[in-house]
Amino acid sequence: MRKTNNIILETAVKVLLFFIALYSVYIFTAGHYYPGGGFIGGLMTAGAIVLLLITYDIKTVTKILPVNYRILTAIGLLFAIGTSAGSLIYDLPFLTHAFGDVHLPLLGELSIHTATLFDLGVYFVVVGVTMTIIQTIGEDE
Amino acid sequence: MTNLIILPILIPLFTGVVLIFLNKRITGQRVVAIFSSIGTMIAAGVIVQKVRTDGIQSLNVSSWDAPFGITLVSDMFSALLVLITSIIAFACLIYSFKSIGQEREKYYYYAVFNFLLVGVNGAFTTGDIFNLFVFFEVMLMSSYVLLVLGGTKIQLRESIKYLLVNVISSALFVVAVAYLYSVVGTLNMAHISSRINEISVNGMPGILTVIAVLFLIVFGLKGAIFPLYFWMPGSYYAPPAPVLTLFGALLTKVGVYSITRTYTLFFYHDMDAFGILTILAILSIVFGVIGAIAYWDIKNIIIYNIIIAVGVILYGVSVLNTASLTGAVYYLIHDMLIKAALFLLVGIVITITGTSNLRNISGLITRYPGLGWTFFIAALALAGIPPLSGFVGKLLIVQGGFEGESFIGGFITLMSSLLVLFSVMKIFINGFWGKDRTYGGEEKAPVKQLLIAPAILVAISALYGIGSEFILPYISQAADTLLNPKLYIDAVLKE
Amino acid sequence: MEILMAFVIGILFSTATYLMLSKSLLRIIVGTGLLSHGAHLLILTMGGLKRGSAPILGGNAESYTDPLPQALILTAIVISFGVTAFFLVLAYRAYQELGTDNVEEMRGTEKDD
Repeated sequence: MRKTNNIILETAVKVLLFFIALYSVYIFTAGHYYPGGGFIGGLMTAGAIVLLLITYDIKTVTKILPVNYRILTAIGLLFAIGTSAGSLIYDLPFLTHAFGDVHLPLLGELSIHTATLFDLGVYFVVVGVTMTIIQTIGEDE
Repeated sequence: MTNLIILPILIPLFTGVVLIFLNKRITGQRVVAIFSSIGTMIAAGVIVQKVRTDGIQSLNVSSWDAPFGITLVSDMFSALLVLITSIIAFACLIYSFKSIGQEREKYYYYAVFNFLLVGVNGAFTTGDIFNLFVFFEVMLMSSYVLLVLGGTKIQLRESIKYLLVNVISSALFVVAVAYLYSVVGTLNMAHISSRINEISVNGMPGILTVIAVLFLIVFGLKGAIFPLYFWMPGSYYAPPAPVLTLFGALLTKVGVYSITRTYTLFFYHDMDAFGILTILAILSIVFGVIGAIAYWDIKNIIIYNIIIAVGVILYGVSVLNTASLTGAVYYLIHDMLIKAALFLLVGIVITITGTSNLRNISGLITRYPGLGWTFFIAALALAGIPPLSGFVGKLLIVQGGFEGESFIGGFITLMSSLLVLFSVMKIFINGFWGKDRTYGGEEKAPVKQLLIAPAILVAISALYGIGSEFILPYISQAADTLLNPKLYIDAVLKE
Repeated sequence: MEILMAFVIGILFSTATYLMLSKSLLRIIVGTGLLSHGAHLLILTMGGLKRGSAPILGGNAESYTDPLPQALILTAIVISFGVTAFFLVLAYRAYQELGTDNVEEMRGTEKDD
């Protein structure tokens, strides 16, 4: 394939990538009380990686991010199931979550909820699945 | 233990995830899969016993009380189906070890297999109509993957059609749920039932009939009733035997289960909808029989037999009296077991001969007597020869049909038994008797090991028929709940 | 507003049907996408279009929206996202293997293979 000269994109991506990644983390944590959460955060992260893929080729991106996305999906699922099944130990109905407030030095009051862990699982699953699909289509070009 | 009824969903789910990590280690995958399958079977057995002694079990997931949260409900009907599903899954699993091939095993075959079970068991257990949709999708997604795994031309081609049909039916499912929600304002199945009961005092509103027909279309597409079975012979023809077994024995039955559940729980006031169901059920029997007799391809003969069985079961449901419902539940379980066994046996025949065309097969019984006689018993059971398991179910359905003064349906059901017997005996006489031939794939085929799984299923089915005296109380309990929605509602809403 | 939504849903469904009746695989996939969009809008409309604040305990508002259709629509969107993605991958693989994206040429019976 002819190598196109996309120097502007390449330079811009190097900066933009971190903004997108950071914002996706923000969206993920915002999901605790406001709109946001694992699904949308995961999609955004996947979007960032796709941007990388568009700019460079698959080989370069796998060198930068040597992640097996199928395994990532499995890890995400494990998080989600693990958090949900935690309630089995306490003989509470499946998916029952625990929550509480913790006082942390410097950060102040922080509310902690096991649903966040579940959401983290969702985040991994979304990134993993989206990237697996895109890689499958893009791989053999 | 509060969470007992979720175990048949949770164990395969967890196993599926673990198996993704093990994708390169085939032996490890097999060990994990077999242990989890046994675990699921035990859990399902315990649930059946628990429902038998303590009545309907329900679990409010995430501690949200019904009808606000999602509720899982195990009554005898769903508990029995979950148990049978686990048994069939176990048989398919040990059959897969010898037949599916390393390529598929490395490509997450066992993981997807377990996700399929999550969907099937979930659909049987859930007590929430939207959650049913979600479990349907889990099941369908896994079935897409299983269908396409291997990537031969015919598989790709058929997967596209199968996927398109199911995408459309899923969209219709969402539409039906949306309509239902606009009428009753709830998604909990027990709550829907009691609300519909309230608004139907002066006859059922017309929109509910529309919803009933929409549900019939959606589930009928999955369950392959007339005229919605058009996709099935093509799509089910493509995958290898164990996958075909899972599809034929489980997926269509999920559709049948859903029709039974929604019609007996929601629409029991609606005689119009039941009239449509009766007609479609009878037509399914007729068209299924025509297909089963006409084909000379062993896979197709058995596939068309699915349609006949679906028709018979739904006919039993549509008559809606004690005898017919007991018969329908009994026959449903019988059919799952025996169809699974037949598909696996057909798979062995195809492995030996390398063809599914009956004209090119003959004389198998001289060198494979075990295979031949297992097939013979399975064929007799399918047709309903006493004392095998098909007999009791069909007898009760026909009895119920005559009690309900639906003579045509009862008569057609009876006649269909004869023609079913003819269609499977055609396989037996042409394929197993006659001149012995040599085939290409013979040396490789580990027939003895492959025969274990169908032999187990046939044995269970025979016991199921002979021990019907012992089993009938369970079945009648299931039919009781279907006939009295009040039992289901009270158990879920705990009023 | 509900009337308008009904029209939008109707247009989506009819466009989807038209697209799915064509022979190109890609058009069919776009059609399934539109079909599920129509179904999702229908859920939202069927719950009743209401203005109001989020139904959270302790809030004091004139009226509340119904959270259930929103939860359903989200779930349905995620599912149709997954299915569409899978369909695309499948169509691409089929195009490579079969050398065509014309469903007419995918007809075939078992005897061809």
